[in-house]
Amino acid sequence: MTTETTKKFNIDTVEHAAKTPDTELPWAELGLKQNEFDEIVKVLGRRPTGAELAMYSVMWSEHCSYKSSKNHLRQFGEKVTEEMKKDMLVGIGENAGVTNLGDGWAVTFKIESHNSPSFVEPYQGAATGIGGIVRDIISMGARPVAVMDPLRFGAIDHPDTARVMHGAVAGIGGYGNCLGLPNIGGEMVFDSVYQGNPLVNALAVGVMRHEDIRLANASGKGNKVVLFGARTGGDGIGGASVLASESFDDTKPSKRPAVQVGDPFAEKVLIECCLELFKGSLVEGIQDLGAAGISCATSELASNGDGGMQVELTSVLLRDPTLTPGEILMSESQERMMAVVTPENIAAFEAVMDKWAVEYSWLGEVTDTGRLIITWEGDVIVDVDPRTVAHDGPVYDRPFARPEWQDSVQANTFTGSVEDAGRPSAPSELAAAVTELVASPNMCSKAWITNQYDRYVGGNTAMAFPDDSGVVRVDEETGLGVALATDANGRYTYLEPYQGAQLALAEAYRNVATSGAVPMAVSDCLNFGSPEDPDVMWQLAEAIRGLSDACMELGIPVTGGNVSLYNQTGTTPIHPSPVVAVLGKLDDVARRTPSGWREDGQAIYLLGTTAAELDGSEWSNLRGHLGGLPPKVDLAAERALGEILINASRDGMVDGAHDLSEGGLAAALVESSLRYGVGARIALEELMERDGVDLFTALFSESQARAIVSVPRSEEVRFKDMCTARGFAHLRIGVVDAAGGKLEINGVDELSLDALREAHEATLPKYFG
Amino acid sequence: MTSIPLIGEAVAVAAEPRLAGAKIGVVTFPGTLDDRDAARAVRLAGATAVPLWHADSELGDVDAVIIPGGFSYGDYLRAGAISRFAPLMSKIIDAANSEAKLPVLGICNGFQILTESHLLPGSMIKNDHLKFICRDQTLRVENANTAWTVDYTDGQEIIVPLKNQDGQYIADEKTLDALEAEGRVVFRYVGFNPNGSRRDIAGISNAAGNVVGLMPHPEHAVEAGFGPEAGLSGSAGEPRDTDGLGFFTSVLTKIVGGDK
Repeated sequence: MTTETTKKFNIDTVEHAAKTPDTELPWAELGLKQNEFDEIVKVLGRRPTGAELAMYSVMWSEHCSYKSSKNHLRQFGEKVTEEMKKDMLVGIGENAGVTNLGDGWAVTFKIESHNSPSFVEPYQGAATGIGGIVRDIISMGARPVAVMDPLRFGAIDHPDTARVMHGAVAGIGGYGNCLGLPNIGGEMVFDSVYQGNPLVNALAVGVMRHEDIRLANASGKGNKVVLFGARTGGDGIGGASVLASESFDDTKPSKRPAVQVGDPFAEKVLIECCLELFKGSLVEGIQDLGAAGISCATSELASNGDGGMQVELTSVLLRDPTLTPGEILMSESQERMMAVVTPENIAAFEAVMDKWAVEYSWLGEVTDTGRLIITWEGDVIVDVDPRTVAHDGPVYDRPFARPEWQDSVQANTFTGSVEDAGRPSAPSELAAAVTELVASPNMCSKAWITNQYDRYVGGNTAMAFPDDSGVVRVDEETGLGVALATDANGRYTYLEPYQGAQLALAEAYRNVATSGAVPMAVSDCLNFGSPEDPDVMWQLAEAIRGLSDACMELGIPVTGGNVSLYNQTGTTPIHPSPVVAVLGKLDDVARRTPSGWREDGQAIYLLGTTAAELDGSEWSNLRGHLGGLPPKVDLAAERALGEILINASRDGMVDGAHDLSEGGLAAALVESSLRYGVGARIALEELMERDGVDLFTALFSESQARAIVSVPRSEEVRFKDMCTARGFAHLRIGVVDAAGGKLEINGVDELSLDALREAHEATLPKYFG
Repeated sequence: MTSIPLIGEAVAVAAEPRLAGAKIGVVTFPGTLDDRDAARAVRLAGATAVPLWHADSELGDVDAVIIPGGFSYGDYLRAGAISRFAPLMSKIIDAANSEAKLPVLGICNGFQILTESHLLPGSMIKNDHLKFICRDQTLRVENANTAWTVDYTDGQEIIVPLKNQDGQYIADEKTLDALEAEGRVVFRYVGFNPNGSRRDIAGISNAAGNVVGLMPHPEHAVEAGFGPEAGLSGSAGEPRDTDGLGFFTSVLTKIVGGDK
């Protein structure tokens, strides 16, 4: 013990641990269960050291190990057809999946949650959510090109909602804007079920050439391991402070932030620096540091490569010199990356670091021993098989059962309920209802949020909010691009989880298809309550089963995602909220279809049929009702509709297309009119006659597999022939009217666009300033 | 009835063979974000974009320089305050003040760097509403006689995207009066002042007119289909999503026209 640093700690070495089997360890405080601790002792053949305990506890947490969901998530890998594998270059399990776009291009995208940090500290929680997902994308060798953020907050009028809303939106903007990544869309839902547990999900998408794909593995004995980017600090250390036995010094900061603090400038520099490393082929393997920090990066890199790694922990550059080995291993400080570099490339690697003024330190090297050895001043404090840390964590078959209350919830349909009394039918009532709908918290304009995000940077944004999906150009020469949409409906999923998850997928699929893009891949963020509650576990199991079945039927694979459990206020879980992101491909973004009409005289067609499906709808939500069964799922119809929308876009048969989902036809008509400030004249009598529904139902039902399109007169015959040939229901419901400045619907009092816009755009400023 | 152009359709480039030889430098600092966009705008205008690195000690053989937008050094100190001390900046300052009067355009963070460099007067503080704002902004060209505006006309209204956190232009009353008297207010916000800037000022120039800085982003309004959505609204009139291209053709007119 010669240096000042080492004086501060009682270093719990492997040798010491072997000699002191009976030392009490704070495994319970670190979140481990008795059986899990026993398993660690069995794996090691001795008690773990403090540092080993820190590593296992974070890596075997629900967040990192997926121990409650793993058995169910397998279905995403099992229910895969040849069609689904065709374009998949990298599947689930890596930092993010990679899909082939053609012409040598590949795209990678992933969605993740940052829910609980965003409740505790909305700004930093949301900001670092963006930071983390962007680093996942860089780790694959890609240049990040866009972000999206689905948000779910508590009731719009609850005092705490403003705190979370302001913080999360400013955090996403503050971080994302500073990275130079356009924010191209997302969602915003208000529901009191998210009051104590908002959902802040973040999606990032990146593009690369095929040859640039990088994987997280440490191969090649003798190759060097380097940590670069921000220094390691005391932020985001979960429970590591309970490892008090490590420290006998009380001068260190006692209160540390549980939420990580982001530095977007450091991340921006890290992006450019990594891309330069990739360009020069200077790294063999790379891994971002996210949850579980160095514990995760070393054990994953080692176990995915040749199986061994030797690391000297005192080489880690620290922001806070008082950190103990366990804290260094667990720290979730942001903006850090770990890479494996051959000895020949060391000088070139350092030159890139120096150019971008990024700090780095060489920690050790790859070995072929099959062991991850971490030393502190040469003393071995970790000696483990890295697979046991990274991959062989506990897996639970949690008990699940259909909740007893499910039947009574499903029996409680909206039609005829107390809340349904006084259903609008007179022209003035229907006009008021349409206005009320588009001004409601979930259906109002999101401009208050999206105007705080940069959607232009990069110069490749072909569509963004408020279009159904965001579209980004990938190749400036050819116009090749991608479209992205995220969707979820917690109410539908609460009413019927299997179907609800499928409806989320169907909507995202439809949104991508309305832009004219061919859906290719899925990423999902499964936000649920506690898996220890059999009701919630059933919701999760059913949602995964539903989603994986639907992916197979639609022929698009899940390439990555994340599971977020324990989302609840007290013992009340959130609505099960599987957020599904679908990525599609456009051969030429010039052909993309926006979600609104512009040209006077174009015909407006409604595709698909309408049934009386109001349960779980936005209208019933507005009336305070939640019960019954969500709209029927028909994936064959979704696929047929998608093909029509994609062909129509490619062949120039439609100029505008908007999917029908929450808020039904009423919402789609208003949004399509407000998109470019161009109105329409609509008549729904034929639809009502054909589908046997009244005008209210025609406007507010949320039947699936529907869209409205505007068709140039010259293309009408061709368009109708295409729909007929494919046997898909299509009906001309009106015409674009550029001069009138209003939306006229037969049987509904006239709606001026100015009044609709005012109602639509006033809601968020009213509550949030 | 106008037909709607496909997005990404080739933008008409002036058929001036001498243009391709014109070299316009685009500076990258750590944290610069819109450098690739500025380079694209230069290319679409018909010239050659030359990437410049903040740490370079020589400016090289460029005919004009663009300092693009972003968050150089994270804007953690006053925006532009650190970048102003980059080795390349002293060369740019010298060249801008020299007899040759190198044309320099500062966009957003670039404008902030130019005020910090004292090439332009005044400063930018946080938007009056304290939020980041991204919107399609209408501007009026108040002086179509600078190196970067000769292809516009006085009083012309253009739509370009605006996106900033610290965009409120301020200066003392005397400076503001002088700027107006000397015709150095180059752009004003029209219809809506998005950040509380004094006298609706969106952009200004130096006395010689070779250095121009503005908060809005003309480089995001140079390519059909990727420019301001507001330029597409309504069905009347021609699409207006490439209004910003004039900045980049103006400087070429200046350069090849021998006014340099």
